[in-house]
Amino acid sequence: MIKAEGLTKRYGEKLAVDGLTFTVKPGVITGFLGPNGAGKSTTMRMIMGLDCPTSGSVTVNGKPFAEHRRPLAEVGALLEARAVHTGRSARNHLLAMAATAGIGAERVDEVIGMVGLGDVAGRRAGGFSLGMGQRLGIASALLADPRTLILDEPVNGLDPDGVRWIRNLLKRLAGEGRTVFLSSHLMSEMALTADHIILVGKGKLLRDQSMAEFIAGASADVVTVRSPQAGRLADLLAGADVTVRNVAEQTLEVQGLTSDHIGVTAAGAGITLLELATHAASLEEAYMALTDESIDYRSSVDDTEVAA
Amino acid sequence: MSTATTDAPAALPIPRTAVDSQPITLARAVKAEWIKWRSLRSTWTVLGAAVIGMLAVGLIVAYNTRHLTGNQDANDLSSSATLQGFFLGQLLIGALGVLFVSSEFSTGMIRSTFAAVPKRLPVLCAKLVVFFVVTAVAMTTITVITFVASQALIGHYRTGFSLSDPGVWRIVLGTSLYMVLVGVIGGMIGWMVRSTPGSLVSFFALLFVLPELLSLFASTGRHIAQFLPSQAGEAFAVAQPESPHLSPGAGVLVLCAWVVAGIVAAAFSLHRRDA
Ligand SMILES: Nc1ncnc2c1ncn2[C@@H]1O[C@H](COP(=O)(O)OP(=O)(O)OP(=O)(O)O)[C@@H](O)[C@H]1O
Ligand SMILES: [Mg+2]
Repeated sequence: MIKAEGLTKRYGEKLAVDGLTFTVKPGVITGFLGPNGAGKSTTMRMIMGLDCPTSGSVTVNGKPFAEHRRPLAEVGALLEARAVHTGRSARNHLLAMAATAGIGAERVDEVIGMVGLGDVAGRRAGGFSLGMGQRLGIASALLADPRTLILDEPVNGLDPDGVRWIRNLLKRLAGEGRTVFLSSHLMSEMALTADHIILVGKGKLLRDQSMAEFIAGASADVVTVRSPQAGRLADLLAGADVTVRNVAEQTLEVQGLTSDHIGVTAAGAGITLLELATHAASLEEAYMALTDESIDYRSSVDDTEVAA
Repeated sequence: MSTATTDAPAALPIPRTAVDSQPITLARAVKAEWIKWRSLRSTWTVLGAAVIGMLAVGLIVAYNTRHLTGNQDANDLSSSATLQGFFLGQLLIGALGVLFVSSEFSTGMIRSTFAAVPKRLPVLCAKLVVFFVVTAVAMTTITVITFVASQALIGHYRTGFSLSDPGVWRIVLGTSLYMVLVGVIGGMIGWMVRSTPGSLVSFFALLFVLPELLSLFASTGRHIAQFLPSQAGEAFAVAQPESPHLSPGAGVLVLCAWVVAGIVAAAFSLHRRDA
C-alpha cells in the first residue's frame, strides 16, 4: 500500500509534482500514466525517499520508506535512470545489495536466472544493452521478494519476450496480494497490464480509477462533423458534458452528443453539413484527449491543432 | 465507488516473502561496502599505485643519498627521508577516497545504495570503515616495508636509521596515518561535492593550493597555514618539518579535528538532500 498526500516537488521554477493525493492498493496492478515530464519518475523517487518532497508526504505500508527496518523486503524498485556502477559485474552489484539484507549468494543467483542474465552476470554492467540493464534493475527489485514493487517504465528496452514475461510476473505478484505500481507513457501497454490507473499530467492528478471505468468512459462515441460553418456549429453545440474539438479546418469532433442531435441542431440553424459520422474512441484517443492540455514536450510536427 | 478494487485488498493476507531478509545493521552495511570495494578494478589499481609509489620513491631516495656528500638537504638525510613517497601517496589515496564516494553519484549507483539503505547515514559509516581499514592495512604495511628496505639499502654504504631509533615509529606510523586520514577527508568532500571532477579539485585546493595562498600573507598566513591538513600532517609525519609547525601531538589532533568536521559536514549534507 502506497499513500501519497498532497505530494509536491518543485525544482527551482519547475513544479514537477503538484499536490498529488492517491493510494496504490495491494492485490492489483496500478498503472501510473502520463506524458513525458508529467512527474511520474519524480513521484517514484519521492516514494523511495531519494528526492525529498517540497511539501506533502508519502508512505509505504504505513511508514515513510526510510523508516522500514527491512527496506529491500518492503519495496523493490526499478528506477528510470540507471542505478548501477558501470565498472562492477551484475552479480557483484546484486551481491552487494543483498548483503545489506543478509541475503545470500543463492538468492542472487536465483534472481539472475529469473531475469535471464545467467550468461552475462559476471560481465561489467557498463557494457550491458538497454534491455540487459533493465533486466538487472528488475533483478535487484525482486531480490528480497518485496511486498511492494515500484517499477519505472519496466518494459522500456525489453524485447517482446521480456515484455510478456514481466507482464505475467507482475500479474502473479499482484495476485499474491502484493502492491504493484508501474509507470508508463504508453496507454496500450497499460491496457494489457494494469487493473487500475492513476493518470497524471503536468504534475497534477487527472484520473484515479479502475481500468474498467476508464475504458467505459473512454469508449463514449465521438461524432465527426465537417461543415463550412464549423465555428458557428461549435458554439451551438457547446454545453455541459459536451466536448467539441476543432481537429482540422471545417472539422469538429464532438463527444457527449448523438449524431441525430447534431444533425437536427445544424438543420435548425441552417448550417450545411458535409459529413456526419460516429465512431468509438479508442483508449489511446481517450488518453490523448485527457492529457492533451498537459503535454510539456510536444513534437514540433503536429497535425492536430486544438482551438477550444 | 469502485467496489471491485476497494473490497479485494482487505481480504488478501499480507504476503509473506519467500526470502529471509534481515534488518539493516552497520555490520551488514559494511559487508555490502566491502563487496563494492573489492569488486571494482579501479580501487585496486589506485591503491596498488600508491603502494608501488611509496616503495619506489623510498628506494630511489635511499639510492641517491647512499653516500654523504655534505651538500645534501637535511630533509633527504632525516629518518623520514625515504618516506617522501607520501607526497604521491596522499594524492592517490585522496583520489581513492573521493572516487569511492563520487563514482556512486556519477554512475547512479547511489540510488541503488539508498534504496537498500534508505537511512543513508549507515552508508557513510560503512564506507568510512571499509576505506579506513583497507587503506590503513595497505599503507601501514607498505610504509614499514619501505622504511626497512630503503634503510637496508642505505646500510650497505653508511649508517641509516632503524625502527628502534627514537621517534622513528612515530614517523613511520604517522606517515601512514596521514595518508589514510587525508583519504577520509577526500571521501567526505565526495559526499558534499558529489561530482568527481569537482571533488578532486576541492580536495587538491584544500591540500595544496590553500597552503600556498596563505604563505603569501607573510607570517600571519603561515601561522594559520600550520592548521591546514597538509601542514598538520607534516608536523607528525616528517622528521624536520618546515617552520613554523605544530608539535607532533598537536598535529595529530588538528588533523583529526579536520576529519571529524568533514564527517559531520558530510552527514549533514547527506540528510534530506535529493539523491
Ligand atoms: N532533478 C531534477 N532537476 C530539475 N528538474 C527536474 C529534475 N527531475 C525532474 N525534473 C523536471 O520535472 C518534470 C517531471 O519529470 P519526471 O522525470 O518526473 O517526468 P516523467 O513523468 O517521469 O516523464 P517521462 O515519461 O519522460 O519519464 C520534468 O519537467 C523534468 O524536467
Ligand atoms: Mg520518467
